[in-house]
Amino acid sequence: MNMWEYAPAPESRDIANLKPAYRPFIGGEFTDGSGEPLKTINPATEEVLAEVSTASASDVDKAVRAARRAYDKVWGKMPGAERAKYIFRIARLIQERARELAVLETLDNGKPIKESRDADVPTAAAHFFYHAGWADKLDYAGLGPHARPLGVAAQVIPWNFPLLMLAWKIAPALATGNTVVLKPAETTPLTALVFAEICRQAELPPGVVNILPGAGDIGAELVNHPDVDKIAFTGSTEVGKLIQRSVAGTHKRLTLELGGKAANVVFDDAPLDQAVDGIVNGIFYNQGHVCCAGSRLLAQESVVDELLEKLRYRVSTLRLGDPLDKNTDIGAINSAEQLAKIRELTESGESEGARRWTSPCPLPDRGFFFAPTVFSGVEQSMRIAREEIFGPVLSVLTFRTPDEAVAKANNTPYGLSAGVWTEKGSRILWMAGKLRAGVVWANTFNRFDPAAPFGGYRESGFGREGGRTGLEAYLDG
Amino acid sequence: MRTRLGGMATATLPAGLADAIRDDASLRRFLHGLPGVDQVGIEQRAASLGTRSIKKAAKLWAIDTAISMVDLTTLEGADTHGKVRALAAKARRPDPERPDTPPVAAVCVYPDLAATAVEALRGSGIGVASVATAFPSGRSGRDVKLADVALAVRSGASEVDMVIDRGAFLEGRYGQVFEEIQAVKAACGDAHLKVILETGELGTYDNVRRAAWLALLAGGDFVKTSTGKVSPAATLPGTHVLLQAVRDWYTATGELRGVKPAGGIRTTKDAIRYLVAVHEVAGPEWLTPGLFRFGASSLLNDLLLQRRTQLDGHYSGPDYVTQD
Repeated sequence: MNMWEYAPAPESRDIANLKPAYRPFIGGEFTDGSGEPLKTINPATEEVLAEVSTASASDVDKAVRAARRAYDKVWGKMPGAERAKYIFRIARLIQERARELAVLETLDNGKPIKESRDADVPTAAAHFFYHAGWADKLDYAGLGPHARPLGVAAQVIPWNFPLLMLAWKIAPALATGNTVVLKPAETTPLTALVFAEICRQAELPPGVVNILPGAGDIGAELVNHPDVDKIAFTGSTEVGKLIQRSVAGTHKRLTLELGGKAANVVFDDAPLDQAVDGIVNGIFYNQGHVCCAGSRLLAQESVVDELLEKLRYRVSTLRLGDPLDKNTDIGAINSAEQLAKIRELTESGESEGARRWTSPCPLPDRGFFFAPTVFSGVEQSMRIAREEIFGPVLSVLTFRTPDEAVAKANNTPYGLSAGVWTEKGSRILWMAGKLRAGVVWANTFNRFDPAAPFGGYRESGFGREGGRTGLEAYLDG
Repeated sequence: MRTRLGGMATATLPAGLADAIRDDASLRRFLHGLPGVDQVGIEQRAASLGTRSIKKAAKLWAIDTAISMVDLTTLEGADTHGKVRALAAKARRPDPERPDTPPVAAVCVYPDLAATAVEALRGSGIGVASVATAFPSGRSGRDVKLADVALAVRSGASEVDMVIDRGAFLEGRYGQVFEEIQAVKAACGDAHLKVILETGELGTYDNVRRAAWLALLAGGDFVKTSTGKVSPAATLPGTHVLLQAVRDWYTATGELRGVKPAGGIRTTKDAIRYLVAVHEVAGPEWLTPGLFRFGASSLLNDLLLQRRTQLDGHYSGPDYVTQD
C-alpha cells in the first residue's frame, strides 16, 4: 500500500455551545432586536446554525445612547489603570474560551479549524493583551500629555475574520477610553455575540460595548447616527466610499480598511521553496478571503517556469474539505454570493485568455467550495489582474527587471500590502521604499502582530490599526 | 587548468546536471547557484506540517510503515557480537507476541560487526547496513576510508552509510568531497550507498541543500542527515531540505533517491511527523523503505508500544516490549 489516507480528525462541534437563538447586546443586556431576524448558516454544509435577532434603526439609537451614557458616566473618566484591568480580563477570557470560539468561528465562517484555532483566536486575545498594556501609558503614545478619547465609536466589520476584526476594532477603542457600538457582518454574527457574553463575564460596565447584528442597512444607520464621534470600517472599497461621502462635513473621525490586490514579487534569486510556501499562504490562507491577500504573483521571467511547476505541485497537496477537520487546509467559501462572484471572475479570466490550472482535489457534495486555482499568462489589462477576487484564485504575471516589477506592482488603485522575495537585502529595502502599499513583507507573507500597524494607501483606505500608530485613530492629541 | 571530476557515468544525467560535474569550478558554480533556503520560512512550514492530526487507521498504517523503515542501529564502542545478535533477533521479530508486526528494514552496525549481523539475519530479507569511511568524523586518509568500505562490503553488508568530509566541504573543496563519494560508491559494488551529510556540522540550510545535491550528483542512493554522534542530529526542517532535494532530483532526472534522518527520533509522534513530511514534501512515492529510512535505536520500542495501544485500546507499558 502506497497511498496514505489521513483518517478524518474532526473537532467536535459540541464545543461551540451553539444555541438556537442569539440576540443583540445593548447597554449590557441581551435584548430582542426589532429588525427582521436572520438565519446564519454553516457555509460548509448549508445547514442553519442559529436564528439571530437583528437590530433596527431604533435599536441603533438605543445602543448609541447606551454607549454615550457609559462614556460620560463611567468609561471616559475611568483611570487608564482601571480600564486595563477589564481589558486584561477580556483577553484572558478569550483564551479560556478559545476552543469554543475557534469551533464557533469555523462553523459560522467556513474557515479551517487549524486557522481559527492557531491564528484567529490567539491573535484576537493578543490584541486585547497588547492594548490593555497601553491603557495607562497613553501619555507616552507620542500624542502629547493630554490625549483624550473621542467618545462613541461606531465600528463595522467584515466576515472574513469575524472575531479577529472585532478585536482589532474594540481593543484599541477601549484602551483609549472610547465606548463602542459594533456591527458584525450579516453572515458571521455568532462569535461577536459570544464576545458580548465575555464582556458580561468580565463585568465590563453596561454600554461600554454594544453589539448589533444586522445587514448593511444597519451599518448605514450606525455610521449616519449623529451622536457617534468616530467610525472605523473594514470592508469593501465600494462601501468605504459611501461612508466617506456620508461623513463629509460632520465632526466624525474616520478610518477605513478596504480592499486590495497585493503583488507578491518573486525575484530569480529568491529562496524558491519558501517563496512557494509564501505564495500559497498569501493567496490560499482563509480561502483567499483576506483583504491583504497576495492575489497577484509577479514572477521574474527567468524563474517563472520552475516556480509554477513547484507551485502547482505544492497547491495540489492542499487538503480541501470539512473545515472542522484538523487536517483541512482550505475550508468553505463564506457564502453563495461570494462563491458566485469568484466563479464569475474566474470565468472572465478564462474568456480573456489567461491559462487556468485548478487543483485536482475533490470537492464535497454540499456547501460552498472552490478549488485552489492558478491563472498563468495573465496580463495587466485583464480583470483578474485588476479586480479583487477575494477567493482562492491567484493571477500570475511576469516581469523582467526590478523597475518593471515596481511599476506593475504599483499599477493598481489599491495599496494595502505587498511581498518581496529575494535573498538580496539591499533590494528588499529598495523595493520597500518604492512599493505603494501600507505593509510590505519580505520573504514572508500574511504575518500579523498587534504591535505592527496595519493599513492601506489610496483605495485600500487610510488610518492604521495596531501598534502605537493605531492609537491615534481613537485619540485627540 | 581544471581537473575533470572522476569516473562516474554522466551519460545518464540531463545536460544541465552533466555540465555541473564537468570540473571543480562548474560544480562550485552549480552548488552556489541553487536557490537559497529561508530559515524562518522552512521552520514555519515544518512546524505547520507538524500539526497534522493522524488518527485511527491512518495512524496504524503509519506505525507499521515506520517500523518497516527502521534501520535498527547500534554504534557504540562497547558493541559486542552478542549485542548485535540480540539486535538481529529483534529486527526479525520486533514484537514476538504479535507475529503480524512487520520486520525492520535493516540493522546498522560498525564494519567489524557486519559479518555477525549478516550471519544472524541470513534468509530474513532484512538488510545489513554498515557505517564506514572513518565514521563518525570521517577524518582519515582516503585509503583508510576505502579499506573501511571494503571491510563492510566483504563482510556482506548490503548497505554502506558513509560520512562526507565536512572539513573539505566547509573549505569549499566540493570536488574533493564529490570524488570521495564516487570512489566509495565504486567500492560499494552492489551495496546501496547512504551519504551522511552531518547537517549539525554544516551550519546553514543552504549548506545542507548544497551537500545533498553534491551527494546526489556523486551517485549516493540515499542522503542521510547525521551520524547520531553530533548534536543537533536529525531535525524536521533539515529533513525537509533533503526531501525537497530528492523531489527536485526526481523532477530533473526521473530518478527516485532516498532520505534517511538519523538520531534524536525517539517517539511515534516524531516518526509520524516525519512521515507527513515525506508524504507532503517529497510525495507519496517515497513512503516505502526503499526510499525512506529512520536511523534509530529507541524509536522501535515506542512504535511497538503505540502499535499495541492502537490494537488493544489501552497502553501496556515498557515491560511488554523487549529491551535489547
